[in-house]
Order: sequence, then C-alpha cells, then structure tokens
Amino acid sequence: MDHNAGKPVDPRVTEAMLPYMSTYYGNPSSLYTFSQESRNALEEARAKVVELINAEKKDSIIFTSGATESNNLAVKGLANRYKDRGTRILTSAVEHMSVVNPCKYLSTKGFEIVFLPVDQYGFLNLESLEKELTDKTVLVTIVYANGEIGTIEPIKEISQIVHGKNAYLHVDATVANGQIPIDVKNEGIDLLTLSSNDMYGPKGVGALYIKEGTRLEPLLHGGGQERGLRSGTENVPGIVGFGKAAEIARKEMRSESERLIKLRDRLIKGLLEPIPYSYLNGHPTKRLPNNVSVRYSFIEGESMLLSLDLMGVAASSGSACTAKTLEPSHVLLATGLKHEEAHGSLMFSLGRQNTEEEADYVVSLMPGIVKRLRAMSPLTPKELNM
Amino acid sequence: MYTEKVMDHFKNPRNMGEIPDADGVGTVGNPVCGDMMTIYIKVKDNRIEDIKFKTFGCGAAVATSSMVTEIAQGKTLEEAMKITRASVAESLGGLPPVKMHCSNLAADALHAAIEDYNKRQKEVKK
Repeated sequence: MDHNAGKPVDPRVTEAMLPYMSTYYGNPSSLYTFSQESRNALEEARAKVVELINAEKKDSIIFTSGATESNNLAVKGLANRYKDRGTRILTSAVEHMSVVNPCKYLSTKGFEIVFLPVDQYGFLNLESLEKELTDKTVLVTIVYANGEIGTIEPIKEISQIVHGKNAYLHVDATVANGQIPIDVKNEGIDLLTLSSNDMYGPKGVGALYIKEGTRLEPLLHGGGQERGLRSGTENVPGIVGFGKAAEIARKEMRSESERLIKLRDRLIKGLLEPIPYSYLNGHPTKRLPNNVSVRYSFIEGESMLLSLDLMGVAASSGSACTAKTLEPSHVLLATGLKHEEAHGSLMFSLGRQNTEEEADYVVSLMPGIVKRLRAMSPLTPKELNM
Repeated sequence: MYTEKVMDHFKNPRNMGEIPDADGVGTVGNPVCGDMMTIYIKVKDNRIEDIKFKTFGCGAAVATSSMVTEIAQGKTLEEAMKITRASVAESLGGLPPVKMHCSNLAADALHAAIEDYNKRQKEVKK
C-alpha cells in the first residue's frame, strides 16, 4: 500500500509499448516512411495527454524524463527566461523536493525564494500569498495535491490571485494526475507537471504542459527536439506507454476514484477508531482518493513500518529514520506537527490492486503493533500499558 | 536494509521493560530526534545482575537496546563501561551507515545508567 513510491505498469500499457521496442524502432526525427510510424505514435500519445488535462493545443505538451525534470524545467526554465522582469519566486512549505531544491538552487543565483505557510490541513495560506505577491514576482509554484497528506490545494483561487499580479503559475500535479480531474484551461494553469508512473505508465517518462505564450529556457541543449525545449531523441516506447496510461486514467478515473475513496475512508476509520491517541494527518474530505495518513502518539514510524513489513504490508512513514536525512518530513512539520508527532506518522497510498480485504487486514494488524511498540516506549503513559 | 540479527532483536527484544527499584537509570536521546532510550540496572557485588530497557525509536534503536542488555548482563561495571557503540553494532552484524550515528545510542544509555549508579553510591557514602 505504498503506491506513491512506485506503481505497476498496467498490462494494457505494456502491450501498447512493446511494438515500439524492436518493430518500430525508428527515430521520430528521421524523414523516411519507416520512422513516420514512431513520429505518429509520439503525436498520438501527446494528443491523449492533452485530452486528459483539457489543454488547448497539442504542442502545449513537452515530454521529459519524469516529474523531477518537468519541475526543474518549469521552475528554472521560467525563472531564467524572465529574470529581467523580476527575480522573486513564491512556493509553499509542502512541496516535493524536486520543486524545493530547484528553488534553493535559484536562491544561490540571485533569486529571492519565499516559502509560503500552510494551515493545519496543508492548505496554502492565501492571505500570505496575496501579501507576498509583489510586482517583482515572476513565478508561483504550488503542488496540486500533496503526496504525503493528500491535501488538494484550491488551484483555481490561487490562479486568480497569481494572475491578478501578472505572475506565472506552475502546478506540480505528479501525484494528483490520473486520480482527480484536472482542467488547465478552467483552472488557469500556465505550467503543469505530469508523471507517467503515477498513472500506471512506465517509469522514466513525464511531461510538462506549457500554456501558449509562456516561455522557458531549456535545461538540455542539443538537437532541438520537443520544440527546442527538450533536446534528445524521444523515448518513444515510454511516451507511447504514458499516452496509453493517460487514456486509461481518463476513462476509468471516475469509477476508480469512487472505489478508492470508499476504501480510503474505511481504512482511516479502522486505523483510528480502535486505537487511543491516534489522529488523521491532512483534511478529512479534501484529500486525494488514495491517500491515508495517520499518526500514533508515543511510537516511531519506522518501527511501525518494519512491523507491517513482517506481516507482508508495505507502507511509508514521515519519520526521519526511513529517509536519508535525519529530519522528519518537512510537509508534516509545515502543518504544525511537533517533531515527535511527525515521527509517529504512517502513510498508505492505495492503488488499483488494493481490495477491501487488504484494508481490513491492515486494520486488524494495527492495534497489536501499536500496543507492542507502546509497551516498549518510555514515552507511553502508564495507564495505556495496563 | 537490516541484518537478520537486527530483525531478530526487533521482533523478540531481550530484557524489555522497567526495573521499578533499579540501582541506576540512564536515559539518552529525545523524542524530537526520533530516538530515545532508557536503561535500568540492578547491581550486585559490582556486577550487573539485572538489566532492562525501554525504547522509542526505529528498528535499529530497538535492536541496539536489546543487544546492549544482552552483552552487559552479568558483566562487571568496569567491563560494561568498555562496551562501545561500535561493538554493539558489530554484534548485530552491522547497521546501515545512516543509523550508526542517530539510532546507536544504547551503549551511551548503559554508561549513563552506570554513572547514575556510581553517583547514587557516592551519595549513600556521604
């Protein structure tokens, strides 16, 4: 139940990709007829991604190597292109590291970066957005929905504020896309990051939607593929798979999200009700259909993960001890949790394969795991161990 | 990520619990860092007669606590003071590098418990 870390490729996607490995291996940039098959497949995939997010034009989609590259291209590409207009960039305290670190990098190159606060649920503080949005601000970059706590940001409202000051809006929809409907026109998005694997497509492919009239400096210079914004021979099989995944996501989103929301709420209820000193992270309803994030006082996340792993369940945690850094999740801390509360967090990201039986199995395990670890912890109040 | 020995000590921790009338108690770490452990010792004729631990933390924190109690049991206080973080990690077949610093506090907790015991003894003599 850790689908945010990696999803299986849908068998229909694999099937669509296979012919582009050894049968139609032509370079889409070549002129001869054989290579046109690759070119056509590429453009068909582009059309499917366009349809998924209701983009205005086919060439508004640039294929990349994944969400990290798309976020880098959007943030650094736009900042560098418009640096004569202004060098101030606003972002939030709950972004993915592939937005946080490009911003931090830019701050060493003369840009001014402001990390806007969020409330206890993880919603962007719109008053501080308005306050910090000066004439010098060129870019606001905000996550569509956070992968750790699932909170869905009010993108349309954010867009109205941002465009009121003539800044550009980049939205990182890596986790949200394919789960909930996104409409770049209606929501007023200038740049949108998409990932293939998050929609059951292959890893190593992503896209950046670029609204007409929005200009970027490329990260990669070379043969001028993808309108000169992303040089390098296109990953045709990967892109074909991404297109197929987008098509399936668009058709099945409604029924699958209804199913996941039921599963999510069943799991949340079962994880919290029988266990004292347990809490939900994020918002009860304005959250991604697949996100379950809870926390238990007096115990630490990694020992919960290990205990679950011993019973065949994969989850993730907000604790430092599972990551390369020693700090707990910056997202959980930004919602106002104390360090020790963030350390006690446990996250499940559900997927197409997860069933009600599996959710009930996890629910049946948790009280025993929490009880055992609380019995071991010096922080547990005496009466809880009776 | 963890050795079989670490997982064994995580699954079946040795000497977990408290000693209500302990002769020495040592606590190191804090919940902010994500690791905190308390070691209780009972001392007789300069030897650790009984030892127990309580730990808040990750798998490595639990396993090192369990392991240090197993090593220290029955040792003289001088011998127990010589147990190091490195020797605890070695007895467990090694720890992931990131855990060596943050979660490998058990030897420190043991030393703190012995120091607490020594301090109490001095106060009794006064």
